[in-house]
Amino acid sequence: MTTATSNPETSSAAATEKEKWLRAYRQMVSIRLFEEQVNEVYTRALMPGLAHLYSGEEAVAVGICEALRIDDYITSTHRGHGHCLAKGASPDRMFAELLGKEAGYCRGKGGSMHIADPATGNLGANAIVGGSVGIATGAAFSARALGTDRVAVCFFGEGALGQGSLYEAMNLAQLWKLPVIYVCENNLYNEYTHYTETTAGSILGRATAFGLEAASVDGQDVRAVNEVATRLVKRARSGAGPAFLQCDTYRYSGHHVGDINREYYRSKQEEQHWRTDRDPIKVLSKWLLEQGYADAAALDGITSEVRALMEAAVKFAIAAPYPGVDEVEKHVYA
Amino acid sequence: MPEREITFAQAVREALAEEMRRDSHVCIFGEDVAEAGTPFKVLSGLVEEFGAKRVVDTPISEAGFTGVAVGAAMTGMRPVVDIMFGDFITLTMDQMVNQAAKVHYMSGGHWRVPMVMRTTLGATRRSAAQHSQSLHAWFSHVPGLKVVLPSTPYDAKGLLKTAIRDENPVIFFEDKMMYKLKGPVPEEDYTIPLGVADVKRAGDDITLVATSSMVQVALGAAILLEKEGISAEVVDPRTTWPLDEKTLIDSAKKTSRVIVLDEGYGRYGVTAELAAVIAEGAFYDLDAPVKRMGAMHVPIPFSPPLEDVTVPTEQTVFDAARQLCGKA
Repeated sequence: MTTATSNPETSSAAATEKEKWLRAYRQMVSIRLFEEQVNEVYTRALMPGLAHLYSGEEAVAVGICEALRIDDYITSTHRGHGHCLAKGASPDRMFAELLGKEAGYCRGKGGSMHIADPATGNLGANAIVGGSVGIATGAAFSARALGTDRVAVCFFGEGALGQGSLYEAMNLAQLWKLPVIYVCENNLYNEYTHYTETTAGSILGRATAFGLEAASVDGQDVRAVNEVATRLVKRARSGAGPAFLQCDTYRYSGHHVGDINREYYRSKQEEQHWRTDRDPIKVLSKWLLEQGYADAAALDGITSEVRALMEAAVKFAIAAPYPGVDEVEKHVYA
Repeated sequence: MPEREITFAQAVREALAEEMRRDSHVCIFGEDVAEAGTPFKVLSGLVEEFGAKRVVDTPISEAGFTGVAVGAAMTGMRPVVDIMFGDFITLTMDQMVNQAAKVHYMSGGHWRVPMVMRTTLGATRRSAAQHSQSLHAWFSHVPGLKVVLPSTPYDAKGLLKTAIRDENPVIFFEDKMMYKLKGPVPEEDYTIPLGVADVKRAGDDITLVATSSMVQVALGAAILLEKEGISAEVVDPRTTWPLDEKTLIDSAKKTSRVIVLDEGYGRYGVTAELAAVIAEGAFYDLDAPVKRMGAMHVPIPFSPPLEDVTVPTEQTVFDAARQLCGKA
């Protein structure tokens, strides 16, 4: 059983506090700059389809995945680039997938909303809201049935709180004490509708009603997310059962890249407040500077390195060939 | 020594038990599958042999446990889910159609979903509109799924064992009126490949292509037709996907007349697809248009005299065949 973290370079157990949070910083910057490139590539009309950006929510994916091993499972969502990167996916093959190229994680057949990667335990991003709650719960069933101590994390947005499948899965998970953690990223908006218009009662109450361990956390603070995630993962791994974690966060961009004029559902002041005062990268960098773990130049250096990496990844993807047309009928059946 | 005969239900149970002994990753999820052995008693005895960790009673939560089966199949298990009545597949549609059917393709071949969904079809059990439908056409429509329709105990056992060993999601429809049907089933291990039709009876004048519950109806009609001097061939595709087009077309070319029988609704249904395959493949050898017979386009009624007219019978098939052969 491997004990490597999602980042293959170092093991979490051996990492010092400083290394751990500098790695988290790099991961969050990677997600932010990846999405900046997606926006750029999309608006240059180089990317087909839709792009749902994760910018603003980086602390959730990174805080959770830093608490996981590479052989733990995740399921992701239509807004899934951050989860995939945080679990260890490489940006060049992700960009290739976003552009429908053969070198992509799914040979170009999945696209932005379906990135899957067995090597990092990524069971797949899912474009049906709440569509992967069963899959994550099933992976947890396998982990226990096969005698491993893997856990599964199911990422979903607060929009999935309206789907009955979530409650069926949580009921089963608690009945069977499965090692699965349901991570609700509450970015406040179900597409173009504030969640308070769609969500009755209490969010956590929905999980505690089934007897799940439930918690909420500031999703802009990666250290806070990681602290509670570490506790819930340890608990699930030890056989104590499933958990529900509500992460309060914010989506900087529109529902998708084309969602430009958003003032009919949220104000520019609100967006500016989150970007200025609640930005997860700013929150962590401030702490790193205060601790003396890095100076501004070092953090700038990380950003420059990541930016170069992302630019190279985009170049790789643009230059990569499309799959041959004969690929269309491959993999319909195994 | 005469060949052993067992019921359709026993054949299904034997297939499951043998595959569970052969492969420790095979497990069963469903409502009342353990001690109750399902309302049809098809699974009786399995929990006693394999334990409650492998024969898993679930809440009444079809979408939930089907989704769990998809995830378990992706991560090393080989689940068999039990959907008590075929009408309840509607509750599992997202999990089967958007998830199970597409995972392998969407992931570029990286993940696979080796699972089986067992469910039922068939009317005339006096169960009314929500417990009597034959909805296998719905799954047959979707790329990534395989659909099996056994019509005898022998086929049920051999096809179910193949389905469990398959690397893809397979939906296995059992006619609930057929559970007590007896037929020869050998003691030794055997499997039947998916996508190979079976000629249940050879004939020269007309082909009756029939699935599942309709195979016995077609065989009964063939006996009536024989007395009229009409020799009917009965061909059972056994799987709607993969589909053995060649055997259907070859039989149609030989007899030049075809009736396609299936208990699902005819409208946009299995009979439409099979008739089209035959029409395209044997057009110049046909002496009459391919005729389709399926369930009437009504919700299945409760009242027995009403329900009985909704599905083809030996007599209605006999009448249609005589007419098609110009002997009516």
